[in-house]
Amino acid sequence: MRTRYFWLAAAALVIAIGAASRFATNDYFFFASYVVLQYIVMATAWNILGGYTGYVNFGTAGFFALGAYTAVVLHKTLAPPIPVSILVAGVVSGALGFGMGYLTLRVRGVFFAIATLAMAIVLETLITNWDFVGGSRGVYIIRPAAAPLIGGSYIQYLFLVMLVLAAFSVCIARSIEHSKFGYGLATIRDDELAAEAAGVPTLKLKLIATALSGGLMGMAGAPLPYYVTYLDPSSGFNLAFAVNSIAMPLVGGTSMWLGPVVGAILLATIQQIATVTISSALNLLIVGVLMVGFVIAAPNGIVGLFEGKPRGRIKTIKSD
Amino acid sequence: MAGHLLEIDKLGKRFGGFVALDCIDLAVQTGERVGLIGPNGSGKSTLVNCISGALKNDTGAVNFESRRLNGMAAHQRTRLGLARSFQLPKPFHTMSVAENIHVPLLYTVNARRGGVHLSHDGIKHRVTELLEQVGLATKANRRPRDLTQIEMRKLELARAMAAAPKLLIADEAMAGLSHNEIDDILTLLVTLNEQGITVILIEHIMRAVMSFSQRLVVLVAGKKIADGAPQEVMKNPEVVRAYLGE
Amino acid sequence: MGIQLDLLLNAISAGILLGGFYAAVSVGVAISFGMLDIANLAHPAFIILGSFIAYTLNAQFGIDPIIGGILALPAFYLLGAAIYQVYYYSFERRGDESLRGLAFFFGILFITEVGLILVFGVDYRFVAAPYIGPSIHLGLVDVPLRMTVPFIFSLLMVGGLQLYLSRTFIGRAILAVSQDSQALRLMAINPTKVKRVAFALSIATAAMAGSFLIIIQPVEPSVGREYIGRVFAIVVLGGMGSFPGMMIASMLLGVFESITATFYGPSWSPAVAFGFLLIALAVKPSGLMGR
Repeated sequence: MRTRYFWLAAAALVIAIGAASRFATNDYFFFASYVVLQYIVMATAWNILGGYTGYVNFGTAGFFALGAYTAVVLHKTLAPPIPVSILVAGVVSGALGFGMGYLTLRVRGVFFAIATLAMAIVLETLITNWDFVGGSRGVYIIRPAAAPLIGGSYIQYLFLVMLVLAAFSVCIARSIEHSKFGYGLATIRDDELAAEAAGVPTLKLKLIATALSGGLMGMAGAPLPYYVTYLDPSSGFNLAFAVNSIAMPLVGGTSMWLGPVVGAILLATIQQIATVTISSALNLLIVGVLMVGFVIAAPNGIVGLFEGKPRGRIKTIKSD
Repeated sequence: MAGHLLEIDKLGKRFGGFVALDCIDLAVQTGERVGLIGPNGSGKSTLVNCISGALKNDTGAVNFESRRLNGMAAHQRTRLGLARSFQLPKPFHTMSVAENIHVPLLYTVNARRGGVHLSHDGIKHRVTELLEQVGLATKANRRPRDLTQIEMRKLELARAMAAAPKLLIADEAMAGLSHNEIDDILTLLVTLNEQGITVILIEHIMRAVMSFSQRLVVLVAGKKIADGAPQEVMKNPEVVRAYLGE
Repeated sequence: MGIQLDLLLNAISAGILLGGFYAAVSVGVAISFGMLDIANLAHPAFIILGSFIAYTLNAQFGIDPIIGGILALPAFYLLGAAIYQVYYYSFERRGDESLRGLAFFFGILFITEVGLILVFGVDYRFVAAPYIGPSIHLGLVDVPLRMTVPFIFSLLMVGGLQLYLSRTFIGRAILAVSQDSQALRLMAINPTKVKRVAFALSIATAAMAGSFLIIIQPVEPSVGREYIGRVFAIVVLGGMGSFPGMMIASMLLGVFESITATFYGPSWSPAVAFGFLLIALAVKPSGLMGR
């Protein structure tokens, strides 16, 4: 279907789910769904750089936590409404992505991957040493009593915000897939030297993808302080965010927007169940094992198992 | 001197202690058909990589249309009109054959300021045209992994042609082709040359190089040892020694 | 002024000792990444695994950690060989190394860390040995034995490996395979076997490095993460496969980290390593084929 219809369908879905959710009586539904939606954003964001472009970002926790801590700083200074925090966090994390990319994307992709891993650790160190945001002791955020605009519980509001963000990020991914930009990213993934020889400005495209991916992750992190009400570096930079953002697209499938969505829903649901029944460390182990298993045995993920022939992309691409 | 399409001035490249290219001088005029030969390991592909920007030369300069290319990224050189095919085919393997040709049309032809700008239909038309020229029209919707080695080489060439270059460097495009297929590619290259495209042909297949080239350049162990009319060059004792030994 | 000099000298001497240890930590990656071009992100996790094995042998049986490391060598060697086999069949053979290979090692890094948390918990563990505690006093400088002993053994290990690579047949085959596996095939040597030996060796070094680590400092499962940046910064700055280069880079990093820790606090060490990594990447030869 044409891209603009996809956006319309997504918007309709958001409105439908949003309206239906007004009837939910148990706040637990919103708490649990928020996590799933958040991972849809993270997995989709990672996949733009990882699946579409072929550059692995291991520092997703860094971008995510930067978004969360940007929101904390805003909350303590100007206390703007959440949508503003999200936008600012997106810009800040996007800038980090751009900066990292500028420093590390001129050499092979493996160095970018290593640098992202090191970056996340350094960022955690910096935040731990920054007293304004609570340092290692953490910071308490008081959730407003009622939701703005629509009334009702605040957690329902957070759920709706994340729902919109999830739909937005999936639409962005879909738009990229069918655009000239997406073609360029795919050539970088397939053969960067040949891409350059064919006229693709690889550095520029990689920088855009990195900034976009990082920015979306920051946006996903911005509502976190309001969700957890207590934020400290070890929870902000939690191992779970790092591994899940990568495992979900790898399990679900990296070639299209549906993969990260499938992976996020599947793995997040499994983990919600597992955390309740077994320990949280064990459930992370399961995620790790699943990821390694899929990478070895099913490199195209779940979506790849159903995909057959190449989809006819030529018909829908714009010639700019 | 004004007028050279491509001018390589004292170009040098080393890999650690190994000197791959040593003070190479070469000038190519618009419309020429230049052959570049040399034993394996003589530096031909390194030279192509330095000209196209895939590698950075350590010393000397590459000038295209009197413009110094040093430091310029490969994609910008392609947009200026300098295209190359790869010796070992490097197709975009998750895309179809047709989509492979799409890319240079989108990112080179349409990215040039001024000049032809292809519409959506124009692109489709041009893709079909190019695939027919190399004989891959029936494989348009296949993936590169479904192609034979020979078909992949043709795809390589077609992709370079799609960039609408002023100078085309064909790096061993004919390896493994049959007698007739070699003739087909030769005819194609001659046609391109008649349309105004300057061609540098890097090859091992001597009959192809001899019949195609107006000028022959010989590279041995990173140095240019001969540069002139093909018949003269082949009589050069150094060249004979390089190919046949003492 | 006098106090500053005292601190500075101690920082430098500690840095040198630390640098020797960092060489032992990095030599495995110098082999796997520098020579074999396999980005084994999980190497630090194996070091921590080595630390915990040394801890267990020490706590349960009273075995000296260095002996413990030596005892663990064969097991780590086999582990390395097994991991290389999986890596080879799943990725290297398919030519699909980049994204999935990295994800594979990241997964192993992750599984190892979580596995250790499940077995040992998140508490810091330490070992007991007669050389942990006392220091030698050389004028203004205090030299703690718990750093000197690992330093000496680190140098022995790296030196021993260097001799192995340059003198033995297999060692030289490993150096050759990093440059031209095709030529090796022509000499009727199976490059895959050679690479497997090399990779297994690199993991074996982690057993010793892990013992060294837990002698120097208490260890808990997530300590490995700090070492990822360090190890790759050292190997890249040291010129990939070169041992002398790696040695120099390790010393430099050790000294810089030590000085930073003394004057600005120890929590800034990861930032120093990251800075080194960025410098290393900036100084590397450029171009997409840059190697």
